[in-house]
Amino acid sequence: MGYEITLATSMCISVVFALSLNLITGFCGQISLGHAAFFGVGAYTAALSSQAGLAFPLDLLAAAAAAAVFGFIVGLSSLRVRHDFLAITTMGFGFLFLGVVRQQDWLGGEMGISAIPGSGLSKLGYLGFVAAVAVAVALFSAYLKRSWLGFSFAAIADDEDTARVVALDVARYKLLAFVLGTAIAGIAGGLYAHHVRFISPDSFGFVESIAVLSMVIVGGIGSVPGVVFAALVLTALPLWFQVIEDYKLLLYSALLFIMMQLCEDGIGGLMRRLMQGRRRTT
Amino acid sequence: MSALLSVADITVRFGGVEAVSNVSFDVQDGELLGFIGPNGAGKTTMMRVITGLVTPTLGSVCLEDRDLGGLAVFRRVQRGLGLAQQIVRPFNSFSALDNVALAAGQRHTARPMRALFSFRRARERAKAHELLKLVGIDHVADAMPPSLPLGYRKRLELARALALGPRLLLLDEPLAGLNQTEATALADTIADLNQRGLAMILIEHNLSEVMRICPRLVVQDNGRKIGDGPAESVMSDPLVRSAYLGTGESG
Repeated sequence: MGYEITLATSMCISVVFALSLNLITGFCGQISLGHAAFFGVGAYTAALSSQAGLAFPLDLLAAAAAAAVFGFIVGLSSLRVRHDFLAITTMGFGFLFLGVVRQQDWLGGEMGISAIPGSGLSKLGYLGFVAAVAVAVALFSAYLKRSWLGFSFAAIADDEDTARVVALDVARYKLLAFVLGTAIAGIAGGLYAHHVRFISPDSFGFVESIAVLSMVIVGGIGSVPGVVFAALVLTALPLWFQVIEDYKLLLYSALLFIMMQLCEDGIGGLMRRLMQGRRRTT
Repeated sequence: MSALLSVADITVRFGGVEAVSNVSFDVQDGELLGFIGPNGAGKTTMMRVITGLVTPTLGSVCLEDRDLGGLAVFRRVQRGLGLAQQIVRPFNSFSALDNVALAAGQRHTARPMRALFSFRRARERAKAHELLKLVGIDHVADAMPPSLPLGYRKRLELARALALGPRLLLLDEPLAGLNQTEATALADTIADLNQRGLAMILIEHNLSEVMRICPRLVVQDNGRKIGDGPAESVMSDPLVRSAYLGTGESG
């Protein structure tokens, strides 16, 4: 039973993490190839602050705030560059984060940070807490998508220049997307730190950034149920099958390639078309 | 009475080239001004100065006595400048109705945090429907823009600009690419909107339609203003005829 609880907890953390990127990339159309760095900022902040005595879950708020500060800074670059240049910039931030963390003794360097205090909850209790956070983030995402903020994000994702012509302050909207998305990634990182209780730079590398991007693309850019489904499945598979874990980067890259070639709007889009087809036939 | 829009002594230099040279004109409230000139006259550059896409080397643009200098496009739109672009760019992932509804929801979208706490769209959708009806395309409200012909997308662009409740509407070649029947119909719609009190600047190459609906013209050639006044008298000016139509042509 312990293994299943651990697996379920990891899956729920992935849901939170994937939804955080979905907010930036899916809703607002800002590509990020360094999202694992914000997850890492959250994990390191939660680890250090809880070791310093900050009680759970307050340290999660610190994790969210720290990740949001870095998100704001990276978000500023999205005001100057777009599309592939933004992808390269965010990827650069991811590598910068790793480079800095590996060199800093107070962050544990290559060895990482161990003996991170637990949440104080039982394993099952912690799963319940993480699941509640995942549900809350999913509901928030669904609300946001239907709000005027989501409407404006969708306009910016569609055509930034036209969004300006309909009086949208595109810069502020993009910054808000980065701040909200990275804050949630920070919470996911904090949850991860308390879950595994040992973190090292290897957990926040480029592969993780590609993995979470795969969840968003496979789920369907902008689709909340699709991304939740993809996060659950793509997290469980490598943990169930060691061979998938060994070839994770290859698998996720292949998935990205296949989805982009065959089904751009992912599982969410596929389900939408099936539903529409069924409605038409009835 | 001060002008609704005041363009004063605008000069734009790109490197060594002077695209616009010391051009001034006013637009009064409720006026429909035709802004014309041959290709390369600097009309688009002037319009970009008004919309904020080009910063003039010299001069100023004021809307309702407020200097627009240094303001980004969206700020100018928030202050009452509506834009319908020459190359129509609808939001292709939104229905025609939602394209207009987004613009109609300016009170929700002016600040991102307000947008986060605003949810209902019924009022804006109703207004969008009214505007689509006004421009004659309410029957395709649920259609996606890529599936609409150019004439419909031009009208959609117009409806979206109207949804912002502009004090002054800039129409950049709205008749371009339309056949004569479509162009006449859209020009009638533009004249009708002006009759309702909306001030507009119409930048257009279709001279017959401009002459038909615009009481006043400003003519620009090689970056210089060469005519400004009632349409008939401006077009009978030999300098304008020579520059715009070519010497000896009747127009």
